[in-house]
Amino acid sequence: MRPTAARLLNILVPVKRCVDYAVKIRVNPQQTGIDTNVKHSMNPFDEIAVEEAVRLRERLKDAVKSIKVVTIGPPKSAETLRTALAMGADSGIHVEIPDSAPSPEPLGVARVLEAIVKRQEGGVDLIIMGKQAIDDDLGQTGQMLAAILGASQATCASKLEVDVEKYVANVRTEIDGGAEELVCKLPAVITTDLRLNEPRYASLPNIMKAKKKPIEKLSASELGVDLTPVLETIKVTEPPKRVGGGKVENVDQLVAKLKEAGFTALST
Amino acid sequence: MLSTRLASRRLAVPARRWKHTSSRPPLNSVTADDVAHFAKILPQNAILSTLPPSDLHASDIDQYNNDWMGKYHGNSTTVLRPQNTKQVSDIMKWCHERRIGVVPQGGNTGLVGGSVPILDELIINLGNMSKVRSFDPVSGALVADAGCILESLSEHIAPHNHIMPLDLGAKGSCQIGGNVATNAGGLRLLRYGSLHGTVLGLEVVLPDGTVLDNLTTIRKDNTGYDLKQLFIGAEGTLGIITGVSILTPPAPQASTNVILALPRFENVLPVFKTARLHLSEILSAFEFIDREAYDLAVKHGQGKALNEQDVEGAECFVLLETSGGKKEHDEEKLTGLLETLLEADEPLILTGVLSQSPTQFASMWRLREGITESVSKEGKAYKYDISIPLAAFKEVVDLTREHLRKQGLLHEEAVKQVIGYGHVGDGNLHLNVIAAAYTSEIQAALEPFVYELVASYNGSISAEHGLGAMKAHAIHYSKTGVAVDMMKKIKELFDPRGIMNPGKVLEF
Repeated sequence: MRPTAARLLNILVPVKRCVDYAVKIRVNPQQTGIDTNVKHSMNPFDEIAVEEAVRLRERLKDAVKSIKVVTIGPPKSAETLRTALAMGADSGIHVEIPDSAPSPEPLGVARVLEAIVKRQEGGVDLIIMGKQAIDDDLGQTGQMLAAILGASQATCASKLEVDVEKYVANVRTEIDGGAEELVCKLPAVITTDLRLNEPRYASLPNIMKAKKKPIEKLSASELGVDLTPVLETIKVTEPPKRVGGGKVENVDQLVAKLKEAGFTALST
Repeated sequence: MLSTRLASRRLAVPARRWKHTSSRPPLNSVTADDVAHFAKILPQNAILSTLPPSDLHASDIDQYNNDWMGKYHGNSTTVLRPQNTKQVSDIMKWCHERRIGVVPQGGNTGLVGGSVPILDELIINLGNMSKVRSFDPVSGALVADAGCILESLSEHIAPHNHIMPLDLGAKGSCQIGGNVATNAGGLRLLRYGSLHGTVLGLEVVLPDGTVLDNLTTIRKDNTGYDLKQLFIGAEGTLGIITGVSILTPPAPQASTNVILALPRFENVLPVFKTARLHLSEILSAFEFIDREAYDLAVKHGQGKALNEQDVEGAECFVLLETSGGKKEHDEEKLTGLLETLLEADEPLILTGVLSQSPTQFASMWRLREGITESVSKEGKAYKYDISIPLAAFKEVVDLTREHLRKQGLLHEEAVKQVIGYGHVGDGNLHLNVIAAAYTSEIQAALEPFVYELVASYNGSISAEHGLGAMKAHAIHYSKTGVAVDMMKKIKELFDPRGIMNPGKVLEF
């Protein structure tokens, strides 16, 4: 049997606009969520995913046919797409939801991504995405998407190599107490962990070029997906404030304080 | 670690002291009796003394006796950490009566040895005076104890959407009183001006213990001489600043920064002019980093470096920051500028990066702010903080390096590197000579060479670091004899006994 000509890879990278991790988050006065009127940027794990896709192209050259980034979010999420495009992705898809809409849940997001994968001409061979978003920390979307698509999955990747000839991905993933080496048949969903790479700065010439790259705008209903949450958020509160310590003058006072707090000497 | 230079300096100092006695009676050392008296003023835990009956070892007060660079070493026996102005006043009264030399000390982050004793002066550390007294969110007037750490003040006013009008690398340790006493410049000076403009009032304890309460929060006050100005930049030689009233500007709602890699130094000036033209009021910092300084910061892991290939052949870098009220407006201006720079027939820049997130914003600043730290990791630094015309920045660095090379001092065992970085917007260059150790040979090669060089451009030998102990003798390179005489008269008026930070700013 003659080997078939190697397939050219189409890579899809879903990205999310999140509250920047350097921002101190505050619960909103209605206790329905957090104050979102703060600085946002790309979810750091997604940034790693974009970087990995760009690095794959740098290594595999023409074997990577396209890198497409997709985001689901309010109008301002377009900025996040531009950042990804400036890092080296080719084109973007913005599934726009109104500013007032609730944040989509993992299952909804996975269904939107499924619809996007299915409508891509030439298909999608590799989906690289963050293992979780730092705003809700749910960490489910990648796994759900792989299941819906019936694709291979490797989560929390710290190393990724793609063998185009064999049409497989060799992935090292982080597991409790060590690492695991996986060989995944493509198409596959890979979720990224922190050790995978260190994302680059977008250079000025690339930022300028990114402004001219195409972004396709879609809505969830056009894709036939209902993003209405199935979970209900009852109340969001801050963790109890940490009570500051006190100072004691001497050992006796310390012992007295400890007793007050219910600590007693071990009976021997 | 104790270099020959320091040894010789220590030997030289008593001679200076004798000279001093010719005009005034000598200063006294702190005795056990004095410490006993201080115990009546301060709680026991606010007194650190190695004098009997205390069992403290000299090493316990090392951090107060030595500057952070390890360049200046005092031999003080006693450190006092007062908690309020009254205590400072009572201490000063005693010291005045007893003719004990006093060194006021803030975060001890200075670069010219102004905050450590030359001999065994008493150290008054303001670190325990760290309360914010008031903040008016409408006018932005902040009144705080002198010992408040700059960064904690920033955090205090951040919820009210205000920022401190100054920002510097040492913000996590330096104190506002020290900032004012040294008239610290820093990274926001381009936008908000110097402390001479933003300080509204001061509370100062004079050398005889009198409290000069000038702690006003009003902006306009043309009633007589503006005394507070005398203490701003006096480096603690006229009195101890115990409280500061300062005007804080509203926080910019959007800031972003850009690092540009320039093929030639000659492009800095046109880039600066273009940036000012395009960005006008939103330009808040314009910093210069020469190639060696950049490589050093990268080597020591300060911030994430730019792509290596992209910056190949770059002779220097500039970091510029914008802060404004509306992100879209600022971005439009910035994009316009970047397009102009990139698309010119002869591009002024090789490449650059634009921060995409607060994290990148911080990382890019780290490349500039982390240079100071990298320098001290690399070796012992001779730091010259000079004001010269922008066009001469590179020339001064090159001439200094060449001069050291001719003296046979430019090699691994002597001077490792000569680097330049600084505030283009303010015409302020930080010339750093990084040596393996402080030696008298290097010292002699650098001084007065650098001072004469600066004087030849009509520059200032100390743009923002002050004179301290390091440059007190060199004041003549930047100030006329008449001016220095006038300063001496002012010093005499405030401090007739010469107890306030002796040997700093003006020589003994």
